[in-house]
Amino acid sequence: MINWPNFISQVFNGLALGALLALISSGLTIIYGTLGVLNLAHGAMFMLGGYAGYVAFQYTGSFIVAVIAGSLFVMIVGVVMERVIIRHFYHRPHEDQLLVTFGLGICFVELVRLVFSSDSKLVPPPPLFQGITSLGFMFYPTYRLAVVGIVAAALGALFVVLYRTRLGMIVRAGIEDSVMVDSLGINVYRVFMIVFGIGAMAAGFAGIVNAPVVSLTPGVGDDILVETFVVVVIGGVGSFPGAILGGLIAGEIISITSMFNPGYAYVMLFAAMVLVLVVRPHGLLGTQGRE
Amino acid sequence: MACSARRAANERGHLMLKQRPFLIETLTAIGLVIAPFVLPHLGFAPNTVNRILVWGLFGLGFDILFGFTGLLSFGQSAFYGTGGFVAAYLLTRAGFPNVVLALIIGMIAAAAVGYLVGLIALRRTGIYFSMITVAIAEVFFFVEFNPLSAWTGGENGLPGVPTPSFDLGFVNIHFTTGWSLYQFLALCYFIGVVIALRIVRSPVGAVLSAIRDNPLRATAVGHNIHAYKLTAFVIAAAYAGFAGGLLGVLQAFMPPDAFTFDTSGQLVMQTAIGGRGTLFGPLVGAAIWLFLQDFLQAALGLGAAWKLVLGVIFVLLVCFLRRGIIGGLEDLYGRLTGKSAKHAEPEESSPVPVADAAEVMAALVADTPKPSSVRDGRTGPILQATGLTKRYGGLVANSDIDFTVNYGELRGIIGPNGAGKSTFFKMLTCEVHPTSGTILFEGRDITGTSVTDVCQHGLTKSYQVNQLFTGLTVRENVVIAALAKLRGKFRLDLFRSVDSIPGLTELVKRTLELVNLSSRPDTPVSELAYGEKRRLEIGLALATSPSLLLLDEPLAGMSPRERVETVKLLKSISRDRTMIIIDHDMDALFELAERVTVLQEGRVLVEGTPDEIKNSTAVQEAYLGGVHGVLDA
Repeated sequence: MINWPNFISQVFNGLALGALLALISSGLTIIYGTLGVLNLAHGAMFMLGGYAGYVAFQYTGSFIVAVIAGSLFVMIVGVVMERVIIRHFYHRPHEDQLLVTFGLGICFVELVRLVFSSDSKLVPPPPLFQGITSLGFMFYPTYRLAVVGIVAAALGALFVVLYRTRLGMIVRAGIEDSVMVDSLGINVYRVFMIVFGIGAMAAGFAGIVNAPVVSLTPGVGDDILVETFVVVVIGGVGSFPGAILGGLIAGEIISITSMFNPGYAYVMLFAAMVLVLVVRPHGLLGTQGRE
Repeated sequence: MACSARRAANERGHLMLKQRPFLIETLTAIGLVIAPFVLPHLGFAPNTVNRILVWGLFGLGFDILFGFTGLLSFGQSAFYGTGGFVAAYLLTRAGFPNVVLALIIGMIAAAAVGYLVGLIALRRTGIYFSMITVAIAEVFFFVEFNPLSAWTGGENGLPGVPTPSFDLGFVNIHFTTGWSLYQFLALCYFIGVVIALRIVRSPVGAVLSAIRDNPLRATAVGHNIHAYKLTAFVIAAAYAGFAGGLLGVLQAFMPPDAFTFDTSGQLVMQTAIGGRGTLFGPLVGAAIWLFLQDFLQAALGLGAAWKLVLGVIFVLLVCFLRRGIIGGLEDLYGRLTGKSAKHAEPEESSPVPVADAAEVMAALVADTPKPSSVRDGRTGPILQATGLTKRYGGLVANSDIDFTVNYGELRGIIGPNGAGKSTFFKMLTCEVHPTSGTILFEGRDITGTSVTDVCQHGLTKSYQVNQLFTGLTVRENVVIAALAKLRGKFRLDLFRSVDSIPGLTELVKRTLELVNLSSRPDTPVSELAYGEKRRLEIGLALATSPSLLLLDEPLAGMSPRERVETVKLLKSISRDRTMIIIDHDMDALFELAERVTVLQEGRVLVEGTPDEIKNSTAVQEAYLGGVHGVLDA
């Protein structure tokens, strides 16, 4: 028999994980959609956000400062990475873009390992969200509930940027047809840099917000990256709504399967991806276009 | 400059392959034999050399997939692990006595798994393919650890994998560890190299590089590229499976981390470091990787930082030395010997005077065996399109077009920009499927079939924008197209040499002569002049020996002199086959075509002889917008 409180708590876990995956995947997907580059260092961005936040927390003891510092740091890393390296890869084949971002990801992970060692680091949740909350029929860690809210707010902010600003309009137009945007006299390179920064920041923000839930290790971004790929394939590459839908689906699949047998979580996730690939090869909300 | 040097090096490589067919095999054998005498002096422990060989063998298959076919998989660990665990399970738990047989069964298992995974992963291309392979490999890792841990030992792996021994009756050879095991591994690697070289030099190998360079055109000249990609994927999986089995033998233990993402990542990095598309790149990459790992950790005392150093080296190589160490050395060699300069100079168009060229062509054409349709003197319609309509959302590109072309005819199509000419061609070649209407080709309904099948039936097109295999030479380009004609859309002749295909040499030679490129067969496409590229574009279509050839603006962008030559070329090739030509150059078209169809706003405006078209007021209005001028003839 299903243990209902346990089941519902897993549904909440799935929601928290799904929201995080949605945010990280949004970052990956807007970068890909706009720049045409799949950033294999995206998992490393997630990890860097966690560590940058951890350092800030060590010095200030403030979770808010940690979140801001973590996000900003990763945004700067993203912008520098785009300016110094990625920019020279726009006209090279996809394989080269994959190789260079993959290599950069390894450099980031190994650099962090060198500085912080492989031991796990802990960032405690902010005092406001510590402890557990009674939902009437069950108890649930307060911070995990808060994660859903925080990430939803971040996704909302991303939505506003993408759908209510001039920059967002350019980004969305670029996803539809980057050649056209280029020829309209818009400085696409500046837009590319900003988008890369924002996309990286989304992962960095998720990294520090996630740090109190799972302890930090240099490899924390590796699994996340794979999950993000599945999310993006399910949702449709380049689609912001697709990333959110895919994230929530993936989060729930992982959590609910884990309740029965954690070993099958990835198998089920993979099965969902195959199903989507067979039924809708371009993803649930993806459009036929960029390959 | 670096580019031309690279191509020159490529060319030399190709010549070398042709002239001394067993040179690379011999050098490999010599290298493997002397390695145990040289490498210890360079600080390589025998165990390190053995690991390099296993990675090198793993990488042979991967390079066929990535370097030759252009498919970057980040999931090779799945097959490495599968082959390894199947072999190790047979040898440890199942009490299987024969090591080599177990390795082969492991390889077959990995290939079978590769086939199934390939069916899924190859549904998409580019980055999607890479992402899907990552995800699939991750699943294998979890399956090994959990549901299958009873068989695989879970996180403990399978200890006690025996080393191979051969009882030859009079003597019992047992390979144990170190340099003893090296002999066995070196033999495996050598066989792996011989097979890989055969595959790369086979027609299948040629098609694989065509897929890497231009999948769209590879499909259009009549190759079933999905089947070929799947073939490359299975080959890579088989190599991975065998190498995985050897890993267990080498370590006397099958480690579960064979299945990790790190394994796939390390393979990708080693291949890129050593040089993709070289077959030996992964071996070189593995040697550098493992040597640096030992050196940085032990000699420099860097500890865990060794991987950071390797990561930085890798990023720098990807940025500045795209073809890795081996590619870099080839470029350097090319620059030092200075052979590149000769190739870099584009010869000014063709040295043959135009009039002579036409005579040569006429003579050639006379020799050319005519395609069946013309030879049989068949008459009546070869192509019949009825009610052809194409809508893109609200936009109607083509509307209710009825169009018939007879055997042996040369038809011209003209029309203002946006009249729907190219869409019409795309529907005829089945690149785009019509919203409604039917297309009959040689009495066969081809509506809704694939561009590959249509080309195999004998209908193909030369493109408005050149679609060539840019990384290959002129001759290789034509070979790709000719192979589709001579071998059908898919054939698994993995071990056959390209040159041994009956009729290939003649077909390629004839095609090159026809398009007047026989003086430069070994020139890389990227060094051709525009007019030459344009002729090669037509040559690709011709090499598939079509009975109906469509030409989409063959004269576009040509200089007046190139145009005169091309018109002569078109005239000569039209003697043997039915052709339909779209062009804006009306002088040329009226000179060439027997009948002309005028399209306007997606409909057939009028159809008739060149003279009728010239004098048609409807046509004049279409072009001149109602001004009553006389169309200059």
